Amino acid sequence: MKPRTLFDRVWDAHVVVPEADDHPAVIYVDVHLVHEVTSPQAFSMLGDRGLPVRRPDRTWATVDHSIPTRLDGGRPAWLNAATRRQVATLEANCEAHGVPLFRAGEPGQGIVHVIGPEMGLTQPGRTIVCGDSHTSTHGAFGAWAFGIGTSEVAQVLATQCLLQSRPRTLSIEISGALRPGVSAKDLILGLIARFGVDAGRGHVIEYRGPAIRRLDMEGRMTVCNMSIEAGARAGLIGPDDETFAWLEGCDLVPRGAAFGRAVERWRRLATDEDARFDGELHFDASGLEPMVTWGTNPSMACGVAEPIPEPTDPEARAALDYMGLEPGRPLAGRPVDVVFIGSCTNARISDLRTAAGVLRGRRVRDGTRLLVVPGSGSVRDQARAEGLDEAFLAAGAEWREPGCSMCIGMNGDHLRSGELAVSTSNRNFEGRQGPGGRTVLASPATAAASALAGAVSDPRPWLNS
Amino acid sequence: MVEFLNSDMKPLRRIVSRTVVLPADHVDTDQIIPARFLTTTSRDGLGAALFADWRRDGSGGLRSDFPLNRPEASGARILVAGVNFGCGSSREHAPWALVDAGFEAVISPSFADIFRGNAARNGLAPVELDAVAHAELVASPGAEVSIALETGVVTLPGGGTARFDLDPFARRCLLTGLSPLDFLLSHDDRIAAWEDGLPSG
Repeated sequence: MKPRTLFDRVWDAHVVVPEADDHPAVIYVDVHLVHEVTSPQAFSMLGDRGLPVRRPDRTWATVDHSIPTRLDGGRPAWLNAATRRQVATLEANCEAHGVPLFRAGEPGQGIVHVIGPEMGLTQPGRTIVCGDSHTSTHGAFGAWAFGIGTSEVAQVLATQCLLQSRPRTLSIEISGALRPGVSAKDLILGLIARFGVDAGRGHVIEYRGPAIRRLDMEGRMTVCNMSIEAGARAGLIGPDDETFAWLEGCDLVPRGAAFGRAVERWRRLATDEDARFDGELHFDASGLEPMVTWGTNPSMACGVAEPIPEPTDPEARAALDYMGLEPGRPLAGRPVDVVFIGSCTNARISDLRTAAGVLRGRRVRDGTRLLVVPGSGSVRDQARAEGLDEAFLAAGAEWREPGCSMCIGMNGDHLRSGELAVSTSNRNFEGRQGPGGRTVLASPATAAASALAGAVSDPRPWLNS
Repeated sequence: MVEFLNSDMKPLRRIVSRTVVLPADHVDTDQIIPARFLTTTSRDGLGAALFADWRRDGSGGLRSDFPLNRPEASGARILVAGVNFGCGSSREHAPWALVDAGFEAVISPSFADIFRGNAARNGLAPVELDAVAHAELVASPGAEVSIALETGVVTLPGGGTARFDLDPFARRCLLTGLSPLDFLLSHDDRIAAWEDGLPSG
């Protein structure tokens, strides 16, 4: 049999109707994740035709994008009637169609890409979709996971299937070891800076090599999360013992002998040694510095202490102008108005532990606002159990309820025009965190260090002291 | 094969219009429609939010230097933009906003994958042209251009033509108003048979 990649195996196992000259393949979806922002119109499309949800048992909903992360007298502090109505619409749709929903404040609620892996829904070899481009996160477990539009959300609700043309495959082999203080976030920012925001267009990336093997699952999720920022249709990593250890004991993962059988099945998903990819790239992680973005797309990035490069095209010049930055000088030392630690990229427990390690016993600089938003109720509760919340609060941070918050700025947590933020999120597009706001993407350690200094900072001195 | 008509999408064969040129590369969906407009539960009326933060200054006034605000842009149905158009978020609100504002095609050297699919499902043709033809369009904003979807040919302002590829299924959807949802529903038996073969759990 022809040698196959991990992606080939997942594709082959989910073809309901093969591709033909006049239509793409019909692909079966194992897990459909739903949230309040991209689903109301999809449920309306079903309603217009009187269609039921085909597999409510394969559909899970949560609220994350537009919900408040601030409580007012113990109750959610809604931004406006529209956000409240959007959440109420999801509640009504889930009720009408028998779709399980994690409501705000309930155990299990959180950012859709944080709770899927927590529950054990995200398993190797599965197809996972959601009306959200950062669905690529779940690829860290060897699942084929990708974001879809709302019409496609309706298609999956109604048929549990999607039309897909077969993507090309791209291997990114990452050698070397990350230096101390350099994280998975720095790695993916470094990759995108090197290869560009459309390097992965039309492709599913498989991240490979020793630097990937050494990452824990949360670091792998951070890398796969930003595959979409490299333009890829998905990003995935072959499952290994690290993956199986995460999954063992999760609510929706089989136990005992059944778990052993699942692990045997998952091991067989690995890319064959002689399998061919459509494209191959190599990256040496050993020279990587803590990364920060200086522009308005994620490829406009450099080491925190390195000079911002001279612009070579009109986009880069416009980006520097928007950011109010000058080439030839490092970002380190640039005053910061807001620091945001959160999002589906970096709001898991290890991210909060890293940030708390930097912040503990210190104070956020006067004039800088620090917002810490856990990725889920479980992350929040674990952080409390470890006393991380106290470290954040004692440092002067705002400690919030789980949600997407200032990554997308839909719920009232947003930058004001002209403010500069160091953010652990995934997009530094113009106005992404609020109209006129300026975003510097960075790791949790860099974000925490920048909050203490009140300026963009290399985290390493803070980690060592 | 049975054709299914999607009542939401009017079939498109030929688009003849003046162009609006937005020469920027990597135009992301946060620019096409900023997230604060995504709190709606409807698909209607999103054209008002199209490129909201590029069209208007901080106090809400129209920026006269933004291409879509120029008088000659009024009524244009073809947008010409730089590489990797529609990158970022998967929000289908982006093509909804473009269609609501009257656009029927976007011409670019390349599209982000999710946007390309979202566009074709909403009667917005993603037309990928080679760099030379694209440069000619960028150099002549407001020129009249004709796009023939059936043959995949764009007639350029200088009188020349350029070919473009369109995924055959996307072409069918655009030409006939075929609904991918109905196409999938027509395979219900195959889907049910496939599910019967799934291991339980």
